[in-house]
Amino acid sequence: MNKNPARLIRLKAWLSALKPNEKYVLILPYIWCVLFLLIPFLILLKISLSDYIFGTPPFSPIFEWIDQRHLRIQLFFSNYTFFFKDYLYMRVYIESILMALFSTCVATIISYPFAYAIHKSQPAIKTVLILLIILPFYTSFLLRVYAWVGLLSAQGGINALLLWVGIIDEPLKLLYTKFAVVIGIVYCYLPFMILPLYVSLDRMDRECLEAAYDLGCHPIKAFFTITVPLTKNGLFAGFILMFIPAIGEFVIPEILGGANTLMIGRIVWNEFFNNRDWPFAASIAILMFFFVVIPLKYLQKSTAKKEEVDE
Amino acid sequence: MEKDRIEPWHSFDEVPQIQIEGISKRYGNFPALRKLNLEIYKGEFFSLLGSSGCGKTTLLRILGGFETPSQGRILIDGIDITKLPPYKRPINMMFQSYALFPHMTVEENVAFGLKQESLTKKEIINRADHYLELVDMIDLRKRKPDQLSGGQRQRIALARCLAKQPRVLLLDEPMAALDKRLREKTQFHLVNIQEKVGITFIMVTHDQEEAMTMSTRLGIMRGGQILQVGTPKEIYEYPNSQYVATFIGNANVLDGVVIETHQNHSVIRNDENDCMVYVSPASNAAVDALVHVSVRPEKILISKEPFDVEYNTLTGVVDEIAYWGDVSMYHIQLASKQIIQVMVPNLLRGADRPITWNDKVYLHWKPQNGVLLVS
Repeated sequence: MNKNPARLIRLKAWLSALKPNEKYVLILPYIWCVLFLLIPFLILLKISLSDYIFGTPPFSPIFEWIDQRHLRIQLFFSNYTFFFKDYLYMRVYIESILMALFSTCVATIISYPFAYAIHKSQPAIKTVLILLIILPFYTSFLLRVYAWVGLLSAQGGINALLLWVGIIDEPLKLLYTKFAVVIGIVYCYLPFMILPLYVSLDRMDRECLEAAYDLGCHPIKAFFTITVPLTKNGLFAGFILMFIPAIGEFVIPEILGGANTLMIGRIVWNEFFNNRDWPFAASIAILMFFFVVIPLKYLQKSTAKKEEVDE
Repeated sequence: MEKDRIEPWHSFDEVPQIQIEGISKRYGNFPALRKLNLEIYKGEFFSLLGSSGCGKTTLLRILGGFETPSQGRILIDGIDITKLPPYKRPINMMFQSYALFPHMTVEENVAFGLKQESLTKKEIINRADHYLELVDMIDLRKRKPDQLSGGQRQRIALARCLAKQPRVLLLDEPMAALDKRLREKTQFHLVNIQEKVGITFIMVTHDQEEAMTMSTRLGIMRGGQILQVGTPKEIYEYPNSQYVATFIGNANVLDGVVIETHQNHSVIRNDENDCMVYVSPASNAAVDALVHVSVRPEKILISKEPFDVEYNTLTGVVDEIAYWGDVSMYHIQLASKQIIQVMVPNLLRGADRPITWNDKVYLHWKPQNGVLLVS
């Protein structure tokens, strides 16, 4: 080992020179983001600004060399203008947002008791409960959504139960409704709401809640005045994790929603695969990014800043 | 801080404000409290003192309504409150962590409790301001708790409780999070405020000095029971057990057997050190009973010359001297290897110690300075 001390010393010096620059670790996620987020996004942006043609690929090139001397850049904004001209797309957009918003709210209401129960349970049971929340992820997403078809259909479990109890005389139309889509979204995304809420509940100072009771506050009121504000970080994280994917959800409205429930994900799918209009599909996706993701990111930043001031 | 106070616990007419009757609390198989009885009078500053795990915090939390006792009941002004939830009790608690609401300003924190009552907006503001002034925090009313120092937070927590004008205020280790200097200042501050508002304070602490300086009476707890209740002076000078004697302050304990009981003193033989111990007044312990005699370090005289007495005298060698500034603590090793602590005031500055390491010394104390303990 001591054969070549000079080399060893050099190696050590090199390693110690590397050490203070721990920031280099950040390069990895940056590369990831550029490769799999930024570049695909730019490709999408490029496609959205091209024209639909019949061919492979089904869109016109933006950059074109003419006589190997002139570079012609053609940007087509017709996809975007078409989007705003046709009332249908805007309506679907708003409907998707409302659907996602409503589902997220329902999930929040369900998640709080769940998260609270996990937070309150014994450590050994806690692990089991968290495992149970995550367990559905071990089965296929598609299968889980499809299972709801069996439950919601006219001959399905829920109708059978209601008929047997005698609440209804004939089967309700549950499947292929907006109600079914909401159920599907809530069911599939619930863990994303429960887990961040549980974490923030666990971090909350228990004595704060006791102090509120002590000061004469009824537990129900204390929940809204103390617990909710003190767990708003978890609430916000859960909201983001659920709301954004829910807007663009394709599988759930496709399987449970029937023909009448148009959501933006289905529109993109239709334009892309049925009409082969890649540029228009791309422009819808880009618009969603500007309508939803950017305002939410801004909101998150402003709350994060406020938090910093608070601390 | 000792003042001439009324001592309601000596009066037969006075009815205690808080009556704790046979309270027990079990956590699984662990008995945190065992059939505990305690009476506390209106306007008292009562301290529950004990080492960790003695059940003092459990008792406080039961009083606050955060735990339900397995047995027994609690009365306040004669009304049973055992089953009342915390938000319906005329009791407030100051938590060890202060538990200020981080998302509210100082002002909102203090007003929070008032908003739960049917008060007008103006009344709420006035009362919050009044108590913020009382704790001298009115200037920082717009701050958030995380912009305050530990001492300031403690005062806000106090104001928040007092604003509710409770009949009883519970304090869970109120000084634990403060540094030593601030702690002393805060002790006086707390006692002054307590005298001003006249509310009964019940404080839990493990700091015996704190309990001694602040309390009207204190209760020494161990193993879920109260060993002794009394004024600081009673507890210090007349401990009823070896545990209390050694827990509060320093105490030298000599084991022995009662051999005679006279009119005004008992005689105990300490075989270990071949010493006759006189304790006055006479104890009612039977002859031949095994007893302990506790003597405080500051009550023992030390000399290089033998004392001209036949009792309460010991001989040893100086083993250790701990210099504390105002006083020095001498550790005297007896022939039996037992160490006796003797406190000697440092009267002269810079003077050489008349007694130093390895000196042979004689010890003596008066019969009335020893306390005979049966347990």
